[in-house]
Amino acid sequence: MSNDVTTILASAIRLSVPLGFAGVGEYIAERAGTLNISVEAMMLTGAYAGAVGSSVSHNAAAGFLWGMAAGLVVALIHANFSHRLQANTFVVGLTLNVLALGLTNYLLEKVSMTPRQVGVWKVPLLWHIPVIGKPLFAERWPAYLLIGIVPAAWWVMQRSRWGLEMRSVGENPKAADVTGIHVNKRRRQGLMICGVLSGLGGAYLSIAEVGTFNSNMTAGRGFIVIAAVIFGGWTLRGTLGGCFLFGGVDALRLALPALGYTINPELLIAAPYVIALLAMCFFAKGLRQPAALAQPFERGAT
Amino acid sequence: MTGLDRASGVADVVPVPVPPAPGPSLSSADDARAARAARARSVAGTVALYVVSLAAAFAISALLVALTHGSPAKVFPAMYRGSLRSFGSLGYTLDNTGPLMIVAVGAIVSTRAGLFNIGQEGQVAVGAMTGAFVALKVHPAGGPVLVLALLAAAAGGAIWAGIVALLRFWRGVEVVISSLLLVFVAEQVLFYALSRTFLLKEHGAGGATLTESDQLSSKVQLPRFGTYPHFNFGSGLLIAVVLAALVGLVMTRTTLGFRVRMLGHNPVAAKHVGINAARLGTVALLVSGACAGLAGGVLLTGQAYRITPTISNNVGWNGLLVALVARNNAWVAIGVALGFGALQAGGGFLSTTGVPTDLVNVIEALVVLAAVFPPALQEVLRRRARRSQAVAGAAA
Repeated sequence: MSNDVTTILASAIRLSVPLGFAGVGEYIAERAGTLNISVEAMMLTGAYAGAVGSSVSHNAAAGFLWGMAAGLVVALIHANFSHRLQANTFVVGLTLNVLALGLTNYLLEKVSMTPRQVGVWKVPLLWHIPVIGKPLFAERWPAYLLIGIVPAAWWVMQRSRWGLEMRSVGENPKAADVTGIHVNKRRRQGLMICGVLSGLGGAYLSIAEVGTFNSNMTAGRGFIVIAAVIFGGWTLRGTLGGCFLFGGVDALRLALPALGYTINPELLIAAPYVIALLAMCFFAKGLRQPAALAQPFERGAT
Repeated sequence: MTGLDRASGVADVVPVPVPPAPGPSLSSADDARAARAARARSVAGTVALYVVSLAAAFAISALLVALTHGSPAKVFPAMYRGSLRSFGSLGYTLDNTGPLMIVAVGAIVSTRAGLFNIGQEGQVAVGAMTGAFVALKVHPAGGPVLVLALLAAAAGGAIWAGIVALLRFWRGVEVVISSLLLVFVAEQVLFYALSRTFLLKEHGAGGATLTESDQLSSKVQLPRFGTYPHFNFGSGLLIAVVLAALVGLVMTRTTLGFRVRMLGHNPVAAKHVGINAARLGTVALLVSGACAGLAGGVLLTGQAYRITPTISNNVGWNGLLVALVARNNAWVAIGVALGFGALQAGGGFLSTTGVPTDLVNVIEALVVLAAVFPPALQEVLRRRARRSQAVAGAAA
């Protein structure tokens, strides 16, 4: 029994970590007012670039830099189209998803690579704790980055001037503009951070968790991340809660049949989206989206 | 840089500090004439900008092919062969166009009403599912059942969009968010139905290995005009064109269309003239969902003849992109859908050149970005010019 718990917990953590990275990024982007649906593209290109980077540089850690850079490139395209040229953010997001899927599939067939996998790093002593020791303290090392990134993101968004500006840009861009904040610049910055973190999450998927890149490897995880931000009511805490909840549901889907339980896989796959919708539906007061979410801002337009 | 130069040129020829674009101007006839002339000049610039950015999209695609040791000189002719060169391949293009156009028409209606339904991919899947249910379970098969199946498909899509409307007007959930999330729920609903024999799963040996439905009887398949090597197309295209024309007329020529556009353009004004936002908005969402569902029905009865988990195959997303690239104009959407259909038909011939078919998606995405770029750039430049004029006016 405790063995099963360990297995499920370990798989839940492994599946949640990439969601967590992207979730922090998506949270920042959405707080600044971009309902970023290209997070799927960012993760997928990050996963691919991570694999290629680790193959080219013969160094798994360098792969992560490649993955982050690839996510940033996607973010730059999105940011400049939506928050400089004011093109509709959903057109750009959907298009980037198509582009990322097509491009990674194309390159996967045409370019051969031998990706590396990063090593497992065991926290001394803690690793020996029964049941929870192995799942929590024996991870591929990039997973521990999340422990630093989350408080950093919280501090920056909630305690720094820049973070206040980011949130004001998502809530009331006109007022923010009047006080001298460059609205679209802040929104571009939010997207760029989202790109870097999503690229990191994607690279974690390819060169930490799996060790190679497969076609459409992210398989809609970007949309699960969006669901997690919604489920979390646009708070960092809630977003991470959503990421780990949905990662856990995914782990259950994989583990329960092996443990002899019959469940409905379709229900579990759909669960994140249904849960997010129900949360929106019934906790409308608690889950208030940024007031200017997905609304473009133009200076001087009434 | 050329774009910037051109814009400043446009600004220079306007003689007085009055915005050339529609605005609160009290300009005299002279000013209006000058503004018209400036606009005429900028039309040439617009065309040039479109040509340049589309050329850039294809150039990048060619570069990608060349960098991966492919031959652009073979790829593009192959795509031309697959999409436009002969009557046979033109048929493929037209077959791809129909469902895209139907989805786009629906997307236009809801977007015009200010409700941004982006869940067409799921609505297509649900439509195909309900359509398949009727087409496979209602006997005896025949023309009436085909019509019934298409209606059921439209109803299925409408129901799925109806959930969005319900959440929006009952609980205040954003349309964008709920419609997006429901796409992924729809995929699983379809998968569920396709893996249960009492619902849609194929009977017999095929059903044991594959997740798909039985094949439709030929009596509930959409009729085709012409046969392959000659000019041919399915009647799905006719449905699409009629629908596009109908929606184009309703949106631009009727009170209903005017009210829908007013709701999207200025909800406050719409409220003051007594438009019930919840009711009209629900109607708009239901129409958009019904169109997407109907597209699913056309995919099913016109091309696939059996339903698989991937029946929607990005038709929903692409149809939405068609509508957005066409800037929510039903007439323009017909042309854009043809372009998308041709690209996808051309992709079918890529495998003969040793280039992965996925290249089509890359080209398509780049073309969309290229189509979005010119109007966006011009709008930004126009605004910038107007602002600098305003500043100059204030200084004087």
